Amino acid sequence: MSGYTMRDMNVDKTLDLTKIKPYGDTMNDGKVQLSFTLPVPVGDEAVEAAKQLMRKMGLNNPAVSHYQELAPGFTFLVCYGECSYTVDYSTIHVPKVQSDVMSMEETDEYIKDNIGRKIIVIGASTGTDAHTVGIDAIMNMKGFAGHYGLERYEMLEALNMGSQVANEDFIAKALELEADVLLISQTVTQKDVHIQNMTQLVELLEAEGLRDKVLLIAGGPRVNHELAKELGYDAGFGPGSYGDDVASYIAQEMGRRLNK
Amino acid sequence: MKSKLGLDFLKVEKARRYAGKIAAEVQDFADNYTTVAVERTVCRLLGIDGVDSFDVPLPNVVVDHLMSNGVLSQGAMFYIGNAMAQTGLLPQQIAEKIAAGELDATRLPLQSMDVIKAAVEPVVDAAITRIRDNRAEREGMLKELGEGPRPYLYVIVATGNIYEDVVQAQAAARQGADIIAIIRSTGQSLLDAVPFGATTEGFGGTFATQENFRIMRTALDEVSRETGKYIRLVNYCSGLCMPEIAAMGALERLDVMLNDALYGILFRDINMQRTLVDQFFSRVINGFAGVIINTGEDNYLTTADAVEQAHTVLASDFINEQLALLAGIPEEQMGLGHAFEMAPDLTNGFLLELAQAQMTREIFPKAPLKYMPPTKFMTGNIFRGHIQDALFNVASIWTQQGIQLLGMLTEAIHTPLMSDRFLSIDNARYIFNNMKDIGEEVEFKTGGVIQKRAQQVLDEAIELLEKITSEGLFMALEKGIFADIKRSRTGGKGLKGVAEKGNNYFNLFIPKMLGGK
Repeated sequence: MSGYTMRDMNVDKTLDLTKIKPYGDTMNDGKVQLSFTLPVPVGDEAVEAAKQLMRKMGLNNPAVSHYQELAPGFTFLVCYGECSYTVDYSTIHVPKVQSDVMSMEETDEYIKDNIGRKIIVIGASTGTDAHTVGIDAIMNMKGFAGHYGLERYEMLEALNMGSQVANEDFIAKALELEADVLLISQTVTQKDVHIQNMTQLVELLEAEGLRDKVLLIAGGPRVNHELAKELGYDAGFGPGSYGDDVASYIAQEMGRRLNK
Repeated sequence: MKSKLGLDFLKVEKARRYAGKIAAEVQDFADNYTTVAVERTVCRLLGIDGVDSFDVPLPNVVVDHLMSNGVLSQGAMFYIGNAMAQTGLLPQQIAEKIAAGELDATRLPLQSMDVIKAAVEPVVDAAITRIRDNRAEREGMLKELGEGPRPYLYVIVATGNIYEDVVQAQAAARQGADIIAIIRSTGQSLLDAVPFGATTEGFGGTFATQENFRIMRTALDEVSRETGKYIRLVNYCSGLCMPEIAAMGALERLDVMLNDALYGILFRDINMQRTLVDQFFSRVINGFAGVIINTGEDNYLTTADAVEQAHTVLASDFINEQLALLAGIPEEQMGLGHAFEMAPDLTNGFLLELAQAQMTREIFPKAPLKYMPPTKFMTGNIFRGHIQDALFNVASIWTQQGIQLLGMLTEAIHTPLMSDRFLSIDNARYIFNNMKDIGEEVEFKTGGVIQKRAQQVLDEAIELLEKITSEGLFMALEKGIFADIKRSRTGGKGLKGVAEKGNNYFNLFIPKMLGGK
């Protein structure tokens, strides 16, 4: 007996977008799976603690399907529960990057027609971040998963400065190359250091009077457009973004700004 | 040995000959130069430690003193030996006097070379003895307690706080880890000084300091006795303080060191002349201390394509093997690197990975190969990620890799949680046990996908090595031969800390350590 039962299924099984909750295998069953570690010894008390905690999270019928000791004094639990809360999906508005994704050829064509010169883009994994996976995926010639990187675009002059580039050095390079677009990537960060670092870059750009002269873009697994906008960036690209998403945005936004 | 892949071992020998030539040319260069990091290392091994009133490490104070007097080229051992002969003081006392501005070691009357060497030699021998004793202690513990079966399970701890690291590392050891790496604070590789004392703040990792090494070694010895197997400790002997970290590790009995100049050149933009000179001394120390080095070829595949560029990994392994031999590192201490980094959507991608893992095993039969998990194509879908790591574990047990850096299902999300580490150890133990002897049982089809892939990668590696032989390694790096990254001979960080050795230069540690056990 795993404790995972479908009792009390007298729920309204019709979809109501003003009151949505998780879907397991029946509309509005609210099923949620989660796992976590509690800093207590393994045993019945640990299981009970987990259940009480889940009830406080708003999860009804909490069930622990598996638990075991990770180390003395630490218990790992895999759990299920039924979410008691709902949200109104019909009123949700998420800010998104406003551009149509074009192919590399279309983007190059667009830049020729609307900008009339090459756009200079510099990118880096700035601050203490040593990981270049993100910036490489977007910028390197080969790109990622079949989407070419910015270096391959005829009408983009792209420089990837790599990892651990200090914000000051990044700005110095932007000035030297008269960059139109600054692209920063934040991959692995600890204790939200990426937020501080991204904020510092904006402050430095403002101090130099450069902020309005460049298109400033951030990317990374913990970055999204809303966060980027909040921190003073023009756009943010989260997981699942490719070179063509970024290039299309750059071309169209540069075009918009020129024709304003 | 009969190859399961139909590899032609005459070709392997040919590759080794090319790599030997490439390494010899690098060595000719390294033999004639020293660096600020090499000289600070000499200071550390002579017992100079601590910081001045501005928190500058005393080895830096002494070497800066030589630099500012324009005599870095003569080396620290010459001036400290001379000061010892003149004043009767110990190196630490001399360093403290230099720091206090009470002594100018470069302006003392010079003794004869014999007198200088005789003055410094007992201190050199004391360090040699301490390192030799550490090595003996490790060997004793290994004999007494034993060790986990290969592939060793290697996990990473990275809290930033050495005391929190101790909790996490001991927990990982109790869960079954054989090797614990304490990731360094990001950015430390670019510091031209090693921080001092125990540290509790870091970014994405914990500072490598001698005190932190000591604290973690003590903690792991404790858990080694508790779990009944020797737990190895890893740190990062790379960046601008490469040989200093080697010295600190040798003094505090670390067991494994990431130690690869090519990695620093390509991925940290460290000047190639600087780091290749630094690497030689660091590897001499690691070799003598019985430390397993790990090379960083796996990283090539995080930027370059794992299918197209597999031969660059093999070529670099050959070069690293030859460079390591020149520094006195036996094959048994060469944790040459490679990785499981092909795109998961590739048809038969696993067959290609298996071919390359088996190929690397057969070409470097005695090396405790370091096999790196998928990172590039980890997406944040932890369920998929856990399966990718499982395939990586299958390839490893099948081909008997040496050191298994365990993949984490939460790669690309955050530094591992305690439960992530548990799940990854559990994954590996299940597969390693359940498929233990599959490599003994299964042979590969003659002329099939797997055999052909291995043969092709070897052929391409030979072609590349031939090309590098004719140009030299420096030129090859300038052309961007590895990881699609180009580095200039005079670019990058740390070049100004390089000096050609002068007439008085000597470093007794090198002949004594290369001389053997």
